[in-house]
Amino acid sequence: MAGKTARFLLGKLLRMLSLLLAACLLSFFLLSLSPIDPVEAYVGASVTVSEQQREEIAAHWGLDQPPAERFGLWLSSIAKGDLGTSLLYRRPVLDVIGERFLASLWLMGIAWIFSGLIGLGLGILAGRREGSLWDKGIRGFCLLLSSTPTFWVGMVLLLIFAVWLGWFPVGLSVPIGVLEQDVTLFDRLSHVILPALTLSLAGMAPIALHTREKLIAINRSDYMLYARARGEGEWTALRRHGLRNLALPAVTLQFASFAELFGGSVLAEQVFSYPGLGRAATEAGLNGDLPLLLGIVLFSTLFVFIGNSIADLLTFFIDPRIRRAKRGGI
Amino acid sequence: MENQTLLTIEDLSVQFVSAGIRTTALSGLSLTAKEGEILAVVGASGAGKSLLAHAVLGLLPKNAQVTGRMTYKGQVLNEKTLPRLRGKEITLIPQSVTYLDPLMPVGRQVYYPMNKQEGRAKTAALFEEYGLSPEVMKKYPFELSGGMTRRVLFSAAVLSGAKLLLADEPTPGLSRETARHVLRHLRAFAKEGRAVLLITHDLDLAVECADRVAVLYAGTLLETAPACDFAADGAALRHPYSQSLWNALPQNGFHPVTGNMPSPGERVESCPFAPRCPKKTALCREKPVPLRPLRGGTVRCIHAT
Repeated sequence: MAGKTARFLLGKLLRMLSLLLAACLLSFFLLSLSPIDPVEAYVGASVTVSEQQREEIAAHWGLDQPPAERFGLWLSSIAKGDLGTSLLYRRPVLDVIGERFLASLWLMGIAWIFSGLIGLGLGILAGRREGSLWDKGIRGFCLLLSSTPTFWVGMVLLLIFAVWLGWFPVGLSVPIGVLEQDVTLFDRLSHVILPALTLSLAGMAPIALHTREKLIAINRSDYMLYARARGEGEWTALRRHGLRNLALPAVTLQFASFAELFGGSVLAEQVFSYPGLGRAATEAGLNGDLPLLLGIVLFSTLFVFIGNSIADLLTFFIDPRIRRAKRGGI
Repeated sequence: MENQTLLTIEDLSVQFVSAGIRTTALSGLSLTAKEGEILAVVGASGAGKSLLAHAVLGLLPKNAQVTGRMTYKGQVLNEKTLPRLRGKEITLIPQSVTYLDPLMPVGRQVYYPMNKQEGRAKTAALFEEYGLSPEVMKKYPFELSGGMTRRVLFSAAVLSGAKLLLADEPTPGLSRETARHVLRHLRAFAKEGRAVLLITHDLDLAVECADRVAVLYAGTLLETAPACDFAADGAALRHPYSQSLWNALPQNGFHPVTGNMPSPGERVESCPFAPRCPKKTALCREKPVPLRPLRGGTVRCIHAT
């Protein structure tokens, strides 16, 4: 078991490194094709910078060298933990990502927990009686949600709850004009609720639909029939056999949803002007802040990879067929 | 003292309604199972054998409509009485490993209806009796062989203390020797005063092990006969189908029965075997043939004597 776990972790580490390398290569390649000129983005609209000075800046950054060497240079500084300096914030990229991620963590964390719990609950409610009114209603609601763009959901929520009802602020993560130390937990929560709701509505539908599907399959399974033949009531059978079997796809989906979560947060944060990592990504992209954009790409790759790895790890512990398989490796 | 009749089935019919279409899966089925006996229910795939077991337990899908009367020790089996009887008086011995929860150790799956300590001790004792090593308790279903699975499922049936056992195809996939071993366990259950309904498509094994044999065909019962009637050229049997089934066995001449069993959609009111029957007359096609007692068994054939 110990040897197996070690092999599992080593395999994961190798995969992570190769994934990051691939992400670096691809994003570097894409950005070198993009029309963004780093020097242009750096000096901005300033006309006082002469052509001579621009060339000197380019030479200083190594932009006059061939792409392969530039990539090598960039990669070696990343390996040393130096992601460069954000042009937009004039601070190290890692600092900006750290700060913004903390704000997003609130948002994504709340949305993640809500979408997981509510999605699971709705899925069980719908799958318990296939074809019932509950099932039809929930399925319809989920299909409607999954075909609605996240930013639109955000705008509707904003319109109803912030503009018309005035229950929540229209944007930002803290009130304007209040000192950092005076911001209360209530302030933070009231600012995070609408974007978190938007994000969880987006993530809920696939979890509910998959849970429903799996529960129907479980209820039709031989082992549930046998459980009932042995005198178990519906709820006992569901608790004893259903939930564990249901947990397998639910856990995988929940952790694999890190990708959707991050993607959704880019949109939700934009709508609510919420200063998180998603918004930083949009700003970096629109303003040609290449170091920050590349940093966020790498960070989000890592984030999604970690989510998937947690799912693998949990599946490994929940499912004895994988844990005890003769040949290891997931 | 006469052995008590545990299960009585009278005129059981099961129909499925799907998208407005009604399909008859079982019709006019009547049988009894007594304490201390093994009643084998034989028939080809699709004859309705497993459905019969599910109907007795009240575990048919929602779109099934059941008519007729089933009693256990004189008590009518219905939605009210079955929840108390399932797993305590009547239980299922299922046919394969897929009936076990893939994510739960098999030991726990055997004893979970009981309290943990007592159940675990009893399960360990039963496993030993069935020649399963103590480590099997901690194994998961996917780690069991076919023979081990049967013994685990048998342990669960014994532990339940149920008097009526519905054994659904306990022998496929086992070697002849292991299958005989499994059937010896069934015989032991009967000797302890239980009634065993052995559902199987293996006529050979059924005759070898059961006291009586019920022959199912196209969702209906064509004959019940004492197992000893299945002998020599099958002359003692009441129904032409039972005779041809018996004579189709390799050791009895290997005579095939031509034609196919009608599927649920194409079933008729009159004798379902008539199209394939060597003794058919115009009368066979005219009206439904009732099941009638004959020479210590029952038969559904107007020509049987």
